[in-house]
Amino acid sequence: MKPATYILLLLSLLAQSACTKEKPHDEKQGEVVRASIGPIKTTVKMVYIPGGEYMPFYGAIDSNAVKVPAFLIDERAVTNEEFLSFVTANPQWRKSSILRIHADTNYLRDWPSDLELPKDARPDAPVCFVSWFAAKAFAKSAGKRLPTLDEWEFIAMADADTFNARSKKQYSDAIIQLYMEKGRQFKPVKQSAPNYWGVYNVFDLIWEWTDDFNSIMSIGDSRTGGENNNKDLFCAAGATSASEVNNYAAFMRFGMRTAVKAHYTIANMGFRCAKDTSNQTTQ
Amino acid sequence: MRNKLNIKQMKMKRLILSVTSIGMITILTSCGGVAGDKPTAENKTAAIDMKVTGEAKVAEVTSAPNVPAPVGDRGPQKWIVNLETTEIEAEIADGINYTFWTFNNTVPGSFIRVREGDEVELRLKNAANSVLPHNIDLHAVTGPGGGAEATSAAPGQEAVLHFKALNPGLYVYHCAAPPVPMHIGNGMYGLILVEPAGGLPKVDREYYIMQGDFYTKAAAKAGLTEFNNDKAVAEEPDYVLFNGKKGSLLGKNMIEAKVGETVRLFVGNGGPNLTSSFHVIGEIFDNVYLEGGSTVSHNVQTTMIPAGGSAIVEFKVDYPGQYVLVDHSLSRAFNKGAIGKLKVTGEANPLIFNKGKK
Repeated sequence: MKPATYILLLLSLLAQSACTKEKPHDEKQGEVVRASIGPIKTTVKMVYIPGGEYMPFYGAIDSNAVKVPAFLIDERAVTNEEFLSFVTANPQWRKSSILRIHADTNYLRDWPSDLELPKDARPDAPVCFVSWFAAKAFAKSAGKRLPTLDEWEFIAMADADTFNARSKKQYSDAIIQLYMEKGRQFKPVKQSAPNYWGVYNVFDLIWEWTDDFNSIMSIGDSRTGGENNNKDLFCAAGATSASEVNNYAAFMRFGMRTAVKAHYTIANMGFRCAKDTSNQTTQ
Repeated sequence: MRNKLNIKQMKMKRLILSVTSIGMITILTSCGGVAGDKPTAENKTAAIDMKVTGEAKVAEVTSAPNVPAPVGDRGPQKWIVNLETTEIEAEIADGINYTFWTFNNTVPGSFIRVREGDEVELRLKNAANSVLPHNIDLHAVTGPGGGAEATSAAPGQEAVLHFKALNPGLYVYHCAAPPVPMHIGNGMYGLILVEPAGGLPKVDREYYIMQGDFYTKAAAKAGLTEFNNDKAVAEEPDYVLFNGKKGSLLGKNMIEAKVGETVRLFVGNGGPNLTSSFHVIGEIFDNVYLEGGSTVSHNVQTTMIPAGGSAIVEFKVDYPGQYVLVDHSLSRAFNKGAIGKLKVTGEANPLIFNKGKK
């Protein structure tokens, strides 16, 4: 093929792809409207985490510690009450108007109507049946963001007394004990003791969305050219790329993360928000 | 890998055939080697090309010790198989409950029965009140992870896997969600039978038995116990059980047959750790489909069933009585629950067995 024809072909291909990208024009305009978020005020205390180096449980196949910069994190999960104020201020995130690509049909499943909490739900229990998209929008409206997976797992290393309890024998067992309790998501926040950092309910109420919950795949891809993708999490292969094979609790969390998609809404999955320290005036 | 194995199998088979042809051909044909008579690689190619007919139907699945109806001589079809993963409390031994994780609320999970060439749409629903995600790895499936990744289902979600059954045999399926020893240790396994074209030879009785080892904690609440990771890592189970419960095949739950009948047991081993030395006291297996595959052995006393493996055993019952099924690693039978019974009724033939008279 002559270079000229080649270039022509390339150009035509580019033109084509540009066309296909522009096609859903109306949708894009809709996006703009929907993207605007009405601000809400939350009173939740944020805890300062100084950050530091930590060994990711999963994906650190080259045994390199990851540096987590300092950040702020909500001391507890977002509650039903708070999510109600969010959808009140943001009609596009209400049950009846949310886009199906942003949440599956179970979104806020037990809410009888757009602005009504489930009858027997406690306002101070964590909100569940929310998608990653909705969680992200909430965080934005509160002037925050979702924590990264590394930030979340950094906090999760702590028990009540130490910032890194992963080497303690009872660490994983104690967490599993909490994980196994059914219906725990209906309990109010902050009823159990906080961890070393002063963060509540890291394990005992819900699974929590993180900003990059599905990043195990990309970590694997970028470091090993795809050899260490998330398939390795299944069956015994999971043991080949985890840093602590006995940390069954962490396996469960990563199993959960690989089982969800951003529009999923799940009975025992909610979130808490985080923030960069640079934006923070107090603390 | 598979092709290499198949070539090896073929060579082996030819060897066996040539040896047996010297004098044992009659025995071989009368006992029916089924798919074992044909080289497996050829079978597989044939299975890929087998055309299914008709609309997809919902497949009958059963809980142990029952199995669905044989495929008989029907052609390849499309099936929908529904499985639900659940986390439930149920009795593991007298007065002690355990938090089981299951397929369709039973341990072992539902028995699935198809034939080679069948196309299966497996719908795996994870119960809404599950705490954890679950999935299914079927050893009968050719493809990445046996379907584990493709079927990964968060609580309340459903995942679908389409597969074509290529290799006849009795296969284990299990949950492969992390941490896998815990999911299996809690009871997430079952059997899927892929019958060869034309079906397995007819027998009078068929039963489904699956062994598993269980590791428990000192009861946290009164009468309720759960998975103990330390014991599992040490491979020191408190219970080794048939069909997920002490006494599941004893008393009024004994499996039954009549004198003169042929019995086929589909025996699986979920593990997660122990290999079973499966034996029926007072019986000799006429046929054993070794490791659930196509090679049939005869006149076997005890057959080895690896964790994540199976065997099909067949025998004719000739004499009435209670026949005890055990893992012949006997501490497991005597102390840990790996014991069941087959009750045979009918007329006694003193020629076969006769309690000593002077």
